[in-house]
Amino acid sequence: MTVLTDLTLVEARDGLAKGDFTAVELTEAHIRAMEASRALGAYITETPEQALEQARQSDARRATGTVGLMEGLPVALKDLFCTKGVRTTAASRMLENFVPPYDSTVGRNLARAGAVTLGKTNLDEFAMGSSNRTSFFGPAVNPWKRTGDDAALAPGGSSGGSAAAVAGRIALAATGTDTGGSIRQPAAFCGIVGLKPTYGRCSRRGIIAFASSLDQAGPMTRSVKDAALMLSAMAGHDPLDSTSAPVEVPNFENALTGDIRGLRVGVPREYRADGLDPEVSALWDRGVEMLRDAGAEVVEVSLPHTDHALATYYILSSAEASSNLARYDGVRYGLRVEGKTLDEMYSRTRGAGFGPEVQRRILIGTYALSAGFYDAYYLKAQRVRRLITRDFLEAFGSVDVLLTPTTPTPAFALDEEPTDPLTLYLNDVFTVPTSLAGLPALSMPAGLSGQGLPLGLQLVGRHFQEETLLNAALVLERACAFSGAPMFAGKEV
Amino acid sequence: MTYAIEGNTGRWTVVVGLEVHAQVVSESKLFSGASACYGGEPNDQVSLVDAAFPGLLPVINAHCVEQAVRTGLGLRARINRHSVFARKNYFYADLPQGYQISQFDKPIVGEGHLVLDMPDGSSRTVGIERLHLEQDAGKSIHDQVPGASLIDLNRAGIALMEIVSHPDLRAPDEAGAYLRKLRSILRYLGTCDGNMEEGSLRCDVNVSVRREGEEGLRTRCEIKNVNSVRFVMQAIEVEARRQVEVWESGGEVLQETRLFDPSRGETRSMRSKEHAHDYRYFPDPDLLPLELDEEFISKVRATLPELPDEKKERFIADYGLTPYDASVLVVDQANADFFEEVAKDRDGKLAANWVINNLFGALSKAGLSLAESPVTSGALGRLLDLMTSDVINGRIAKDVFEIMMETGAEAEAIVEERGLRQVTDTGAIEAAIDEVIAANPDKVEEVRSGKDKLLGWFVGQVMKGTGGKANPAVVNDLLRKKILG
Repeated sequence: MTVLTDLTLVEARDGLAKGDFTAVELTEAHIRAMEASRALGAYITETPEQALEQARQSDARRATGTVGLMEGLPVALKDLFCTKGVRTTAASRMLENFVPPYDSTVGRNLARAGAVTLGKTNLDEFAMGSSNRTSFFGPAVNPWKRTGDDAALAPGGSSGGSAAAVAGRIALAATGTDTGGSIRQPAAFCGIVGLKPTYGRCSRRGIIAFASSLDQAGPMTRSVKDAALMLSAMAGHDPLDSTSAPVEVPNFENALTGDIRGLRVGVPREYRADGLDPEVSALWDRGVEMLRDAGAEVVEVSLPHTDHALATYYILSSAEASSNLARYDGVRYGLRVEGKTLDEMYSRTRGAGFGPEVQRRILIGTYALSAGFYDAYYLKAQRVRRLITRDFLEAFGSVDVLLTPTTPTPAFALDEEPTDPLTLYLNDVFTVPTSLAGLPALSMPAGLSGQGLPLGLQLVGRHFQEETLLNAALVLERACAFSGAPMFAGKEV
Repeated sequence: MTYAIEGNTGRWTVVVGLEVHAQVVSESKLFSGASACYGGEPNDQVSLVDAAFPGLLPVINAHCVEQAVRTGLGLRARINRHSVFARKNYFYADLPQGYQISQFDKPIVGEGHLVLDMPDGSSRTVGIERLHLEQDAGKSIHDQVPGASLIDLNRAGIALMEIVSHPDLRAPDEAGAYLRKLRSILRYLGTCDGNMEEGSLRCDVNVSVRREGEEGLRTRCEIKNVNSVRFVMQAIEVEARRQVEVWESGGEVLQETRLFDPSRGETRSMRSKEHAHDYRYFPDPDLLPLELDEEFISKVRATLPELPDEKKERFIADYGLTPYDASVLVVDQANADFFEEVAKDRDGKLAANWVINNLFGALSKAGLSLAESPVTSGALGRLLDLMTSDVINGRIAKDVFEIMMETGAEAEAIVEERGLRQVTDTGAIEAAIDEVIAANPDKVEEVRSGKDKLLGWFVGQVMKGTGGKANPAVVNDLLRKKILG
């Protein structure tokens, strides 16, 4: 018997089309899995009734011959995407009871394509973190465990709830957002595919902002084809987001030929840093070989400013965050803690509403923008960002995609998380540079570590060339034949 | 005469620069589709973007950009093809985003200038440093509910143009002339209604003083939000006097923000140093830089109306007006149009004289605007025609005009109905003269013995005798003949 929750998006779509099952049956299976998997902490808010209603409507639409790209497919939304009538928290106490009167554009695009929404997934507070530990609602847990070890592992972050839900078979797919690696790192930790599209490919409207110049929504799925399908439904120019690019959205699935003969693959020299986990390094080498075997030409390239990417990222993202989060002041919506004066109300509200990591970033960002430090920090970081972007554009003069590891290590245990924020930030060392350059990048599971944990490889493409990226990923996916499944995987009760 | 303040230790001059916030005439706000109309119930004209709901983004209103460019062109200023919106960060309850979207180091409009028309007919050029677009904040109301403040966001997000002058002004009346001229240009352009009472034109005044002849500038104070031309002039006067007293008593003027209290006729400090803001400006990552092409700018330029300065030159050249009369007429486009309708195919000077002195005087006495005038430009023109064709004389014309103002009737009808047609029939005038001469033989003698001035008295008597309708020139002529032979 087919376990409906084990299907990929594409398989489920085809099954629905053939009439093997209905959207309601598919949704019910996921609702049962969702209830059985609460220990994962993947969802902050479950919306089973709404999901069933959407599934019924989808079945009715299908009966009349109307079938969208994502017709009847149950997915989850990261709880950073505003949902009309359903509370949207950003995993923060500040927005614990916030119910937006509007939908995000990406959420609406998915609904228009016929998708069913199961609920809102857990994340690091305001998407700031790489472990899910900063969530006000407690962290999501990685469905994977080390061989012979019961320690709960971090699903990564910030889109850790989405990654746990997709890997744990309690959603066919989920949306994530990526600012410095928030889709790709949790995808790598949980053994799924995570695609951060080109900055501007998906509308940011209705997605709670962390760092406006970096934030980008993307799909988190269990296959490359699924990522292509879901991106086709999510993407598109939005006149209500000035940074959304007025470019055509191709049908990304159609671009998947599986033929990469003549593709030039770049391997950045600077990413082979000292202390890179030997397992990760070996996996990377295998990935290179697989692409070469498929007819690609592999070239070593240089990205000389890589060393400065992390510092640049933390200055710019924190600077933008310090301003973006100023609106949470207790005046109009969200948490308010009264005070005798306006200033007292502000400090009490923000002191109680924001967790320590969010407060840390607001402080860093405020400092970086303040008089006397602006030139040394913000302005210099902007210049370095341009240099990093130039590095990539020069590399793309001689190659079509880059191949790198996604993370320096596999998932760490939740209680092993480095307490020093600087060490924790190192998790993003391979993902941050591409975010700064606004390039599309995808992480896919490519193998298991000695301890039985998934390891991810990252492909980076040129601006708005997600098709090339996805096609190379498809080839790699077939070659890797990654078949591992997590221990905790949506067992139906 | 330069404006100066007599201190105890000598004469001081004043240096003034103005920052004007002009609300852009636009249906909707700068970055949202909410209505930008004045009034409305509190919080009735607020979109979720204006209230800074999570995840909602600003989208620039193209019309406001066009209005800013139009204003820049009207101020003879450089239009910057590349400009950038920046966030000015500060916390306040009526500032929903926690920052104001403004422009900082890359404004949409750069250097320009404005010509002041002084009452003595002279002109003076004042430099404009820049014009930039920014959002207005909302309104806090502190006195309606005890222990609480109320917030009205109707104004939040409305487009303002901040127009900054160079510190080129040297007297309160120059500041007044600057504001009036700026308002006039904005109204001509249709980019701001210039209504200071409704707050669509607000003014921050930067004032410093220095000893007469001193080079360089001393510390300035900024007087915030002065809301009438008269108050701006008063504020400069009292602030300059205050600063002179501070310097002369051995103190030092501190750079600070002050508030003008018209009821007490003083300025007072608004913000203490501890609250000095660090606005942490940085480019708004939600908005792309504003890129304008030459074609767009040319298109806007092609739709500019004739502006006050050009109109004034033309009035002087075409109608022979004095610079002062011309500058009075061009302040308001409607006034200028009215004048031109009256002056068409008539004596321009006569028309200007009647429009400025008679019509404007009568309207202001009656508390009416030009649009409400009972006398149309056509009717006034026809009154002037009766005068120039000698149907009535100037004195009668004034009476007729008064009746027109009261009744709205046509001049010709009034003249006919009341029999005011000028008497040029010498027989009738001679009879009246004879009567006066016969009644005043002693005065006749005086005139004949050289007291020429008394002749005027005779003219007056004869005019009286004819009910004012006699042609004064004819009366004069005949009197001379009859008395002096």
